[in-house]
Amino acid sequence: MSDFALEFLQIGCSFKAREGQGKGYTAVADTSLRIRAGEFVSVVGPTGCGKSTLLNIGAGLLAPSAGEVRVFGQPLRGLNARAGYMFQTDALMPWRSALDNVMLGLQYRGMPERQARQQAQGWLERVGLGAFGHHYPHQLSGGMRKRTALAQVLALDPDIILMDEPFSALDIQTRQLMEDEVLELWAARKKAVLFITHDLDEAIAMSDRVVVLSAGPATHPLGEFAIDLPRPRNVAEVRSQPRFIELHTQIWRVLRDEVLKGYAQQLNLKLGGSDHFA
Amino acid sequence: MWRYIQPSEGNLRIWQVGVLLAVLLAWQFASRDPQVAFFLGEPLLVLGRIWSWFIPFGMGATAVFPDGLAGRADIYPHLGVTLLETVLAFGFGTVLGLVCGLWLALAPLASAILEPYLKAANSMPRVILAPIFALWFGLGVWSKVALAVTLVFFIVFFNVYQGVKEVSPVVLANARMLGANQRQLLRTVYLPSATAWVFSSLHTSVGLAFVGAVVGEYLGSARGVGYLILQAEGTFDVNTVFAGIVVLTAFALLLDALVGRVERRLMRWQPRAGETEKL
Repeated sequence: MSDFALEFLQIGCSFKAREGQGKGYTAVADTSLRIRAGEFVSVVGPTGCGKSTLLNIGAGLLAPSAGEVRVFGQPLRGLNARAGYMFQTDALMPWRSALDNVMLGLQYRGMPERQARQQAQGWLERVGLGAFGHHYPHQLSGGMRKRTALAQVLALDPDIILMDEPFSALDIQTRQLMEDEVLELWAARKKAVLFITHDLDEAIAMSDRVVVLSAGPATHPLGEFAIDLPRPRNVAEVRSQPRFIELHTQIWRVLRDEVLKGYAQQLNLKLGGSDHFA
Repeated sequence: MWRYIQPSEGNLRIWQVGVLLAVLLAWQFASRDPQVAFFLGEPLLVLGRIWSWFIPFGMGATAVFPDGLAGRADIYPHLGVTLLETVLAFGFGTVLGLVCGLWLALAPLASAILEPYLKAANSMPRVILAPIFALWFGLGVWSKVALAVTLVFFIVFFNVYQGVKEVSPVVLANARMLGANQRQLLRTVYLPSATAWVFSSLHTSVGLAFVGAVVGEYLGSARGVGYLILQAEGTFDVNTVFAGIVVLTAFALLLDALVGRVERRLMRWQPRAGETEKL
């Protein structure tokens, strides 16, 4: 078996222009990225740079235009069955209670109802929602919905976890709590995690490695930084360590120019009258 | 004094009843003129007619009803037929609309081919199909069911179609990532999402099923409330026509309330306006 859980090899991804107007858009170009089994890798980059595109390619929801994705050494065809995906926006089914949502994946696998219910309840308890199983998503707060989504993904025990800015909609306190919880759960069962974020603090506090992407179009990795902060970490406390600040300065130096570039491009797109990627 | 009579939240019911009474009184008063009564009927006689239809015992001559009231209780078979037609049409129409809506929404090519015909079929005034259905299915229950099904079908069909098209792409992608196959996607994503839309159209479709049944009867039948109205019209018995209208309205309201109940039961997961409870 390969050392790497997920490999992106010279991935390129272009989208066709809508209705034949204008030329196509290259979201990702010549990107290679390898994630070891059990490694926590964050990808940061300016908004709209194609981070989510990369993640969708890793999940198999999107086929790359060029290059290859490998999952534990095997080329990926169709959906990535060994990956769990935590989406940026609400992905819970509003017509199912929290418990029913968590047991969804288990049911899809044909697990008997009772057993699935029991396991789902266990996961709900692990994310601190043991008493809220019968609530519908609209009755839960944003943080609780994220917890439910996390339990839903973890219940299937995936070898690779893909997270697309999962906490960007949460307030800062809830967010730090969730980050700590994710780190705790991850430490208990080390899975390969590919974590997309635009928040550099979050990336450094949580990861083993931070990858900086360039501004779009044709996003590609600009640099990689190993985060050698000791674990276990507390995301709020780790921020005051000198090494954290040092790393932050280093990475920010690379990221800053890209953020400015990305911002300028967005302005241009807006002014150019094209709203495709606004 | 005026403070208590003035319309407000508290005495809404009283005012509602008051409006009804005022209309009835004006009507009764107007019908004292026999010429007006010929066209407009008389509320008390309408009431008497409804009594005779529903109550199995009569009443002797009184001041209000000088001829007394016959207790025939003979509307039940007619009402039963009309309700049976409504329920059958509602059931068939909903299931058919659900199946076709799901199919066409998930098969873009088929929907592209059939689209102009569906549009045409929907914009056609479908009541004119009644003679054809009478020809095909006879004057019994089934020709009315067929007519009402055509009314219900399109309502449900378009709602299901819309419902499937508007499934959140994130929910769909999530279900796929959790390992759902096509059949599981249909059962756990498309169907519940479409059901929400069907329920939003249920009130309309129950009403239309009722309309279809009654219009069908009115156009040719041997039974049903529509048939009673047709008979009364033939003999210029305007009181019976009005009685039929009142009975139909009452039962339409009843069906609507029933649907509302089922809806509340099954759509518990949907947040209602002002009711969203955060924890």
